Amino acid sequence: MTPHSIAEQIRDKFPEDVLEIVEFRSQVAIVIKKERLKEIMSLLHMHSDYSFDYLVDLCGVDYMNKKSPRFEVVYHLFSIKHRHFLRVRVQVDEDNPTVDTVTDIWKGADWHERECFDMYGIRFEGHPDLRRILMPEDWEGHPLRKDYPLKSDLGDLEWKGYRDLIEFSEKARQYEVR
Amino acid sequence: MKDALRHRELTLNMGPQHPATHGVLRLVLEIDGETVVKCTPYVGYLHRGTEKLCEHRTYLSALPLMDRLDYISSMANDVGYCVAVERLFGIEPPQRAKFIRSMVCEMTRISSHILWLGTHALDIGAMTVFLYAFREREWIMDLFEMLCGARLTVSYPRIGGVRNDVSQEFLDSLYDFCEEFPSRIEEYETLIDQNRIWLQRTKGIGVISAEEAVNWGFTGPTLRGSGVDYDVRKYFPYDAYDQVEFDVPVGKEGDVYARYRCRMEELRQSVRIIKQCIEKLPKGPIMAPDAPKFTLPPKDKVLKDMEAMIHHFVMLTKGPITAPVGEIYSSVEVPKGELGFYIVSDGSGRPYRLRLRSPSFVHVSALPRLCVGSLVADVIANIGTIDVVLGECDR
Repeated sequence: MTPHSIAEQIRDKFPEDVLEIVEFRSQVAIVIKKERLKEIMSLLHMHSDYSFDYLVDLCGVDYMNKKSPRFEVVYHLFSIKHRHFLRVRVQVDEDNPTVDTVTDIWKGADWHERECFDMYGIRFEGHPDLRRILMPEDWEGHPLRKDYPLKSDLGDLEWKGYRDLIEFSEKARQYEVR
Repeated sequence: MKDALRHRELTLNMGPQHPATHGVLRLVLEIDGETVVKCTPYVGYLHRGTEKLCEHRTYLSALPLMDRLDYISSMANDVGYCVAVERLFGIEPPQRAKFIRSMVCEMTRISSHILWLGTHALDIGAMTVFLYAFREREWIMDLFEMLCGARLTVSYPRIGGVRNDVSQEFLDSLYDFCEEFPSRIEEYETLIDQNRIWLQRTKGIGVISAEEAVNWGFTGPTLRGSGVDYDVRKYFPYDAYDQVEFDVPVGKEGDVYARYRCRMEELRQSVRIIKQCIEKLPKGPIMAPDAPKFTLPPKDKVLKDMEAMIHHFVMLTKGPITAPVGEIYSSVEVPKGELGFYIVSDGSGRPYRLRLRSPSFVHVSALPRLCVGSLVADVIANIGTIDVVLGECDR
């Protein structure tokens, strides 16, 4: 089955929820609303015609000032049995950045979702253990958002762990051998 | 009396500076006697924000960052990135460049696998293999130096080709290596394959079924040890992999030993691929003619010619003026598994979003699944078997 026909079939089954089918360089993506995400994902996973058994990747994208729901969560699915590939994009708005988790369908989604939460602040409802993963636990802000600066002079707003380190190194200087 | 017999679970902190964690991985283990009850991995100690940095760099200048992901197999990462950008821009590299790239990728696979073998065996208690493995790794490093001047962070592939052509001298030395290396693999195997301690510490440890491994998102030899033949080189061929013959070794039991066997067989297959690449290497250009936006003008010209200097400056500060608008996912088979690049382009000279799907990140996330219920000593074997590099895991 070609990815395009899978996308068409999903659109026929969920006409309200599939917003768009995009094709670029022969890779097909379906854009869906977040309400029925779980249902569509379970169907893609369980149905023997699709059987997307392998969640390749899950990540967030921030379209600040470009698209109207600001965030998108992108799922890349692959079926090792049928050898077909599909991209699913879910729109997430800024005021209520929550999506249902898919960890009960693919266990591998666990850390990807934690990273997405860490980097974009998108909450995954029903996730067993939603904590920061790459940034320190007391970090403020979500670094991969487009309004988060790459480099800035934060002064007192600098992360506490870093300030402590600077303070400590200044204190340690008095023991320096001259 | 009852109170005296009651026991408590002990929390054991392992890492981030533990020699067996291959970098800065921290595990918090809760142990009941010798049995692991709970295992919580903590990562992020090597987080450098590569994805954020890439958004602020041009396509060309983001390339050196890829070396620093999996610093043991930098060549394969670079090739993966170049393939992804080429697919986005619709560039087709010339045949010669394709063969050279596949060749260096397989060299990387050998160097990564023998480093893995050495350290994995060292962790489990077979020290001699480490010394033997590093002898051959040094040989490959010397070959890399001969090829491009760098040993570790090579940045040798370019978008649309490779940086410089290979010399006949290099090809001859590489062929000598290929002739010699299979006997060296046998040497490693005689050291550990019949070793009773090695067998006891690897057989039946960290078992995971094929279905579960796919569900966790395992890739590379870690997945193939469980009997799934998923290999990006066969499923989504890139570069010259559809023009050379090779087999994908697959295990059966899904334990540490099966994954070890898979990697050892992959070493032999890599030698086979390199030999074919040398024999079939076609003549011709090494950079695609339709990739002028990514080809830097020669350095001596830049210093004398005004046009070339402007061209050089614009390329490194602005990037290609016109990029196609769209998104692409492209993946390659690095020694650890599937390294994926998801690039969203908004038409500017910089990637709007560049997502790195690294195999180590996924594999570390499954460590609790492999470790819980086993002995503390087997945690070391499990960390070794997933072949984790934290630079890639934390990005």
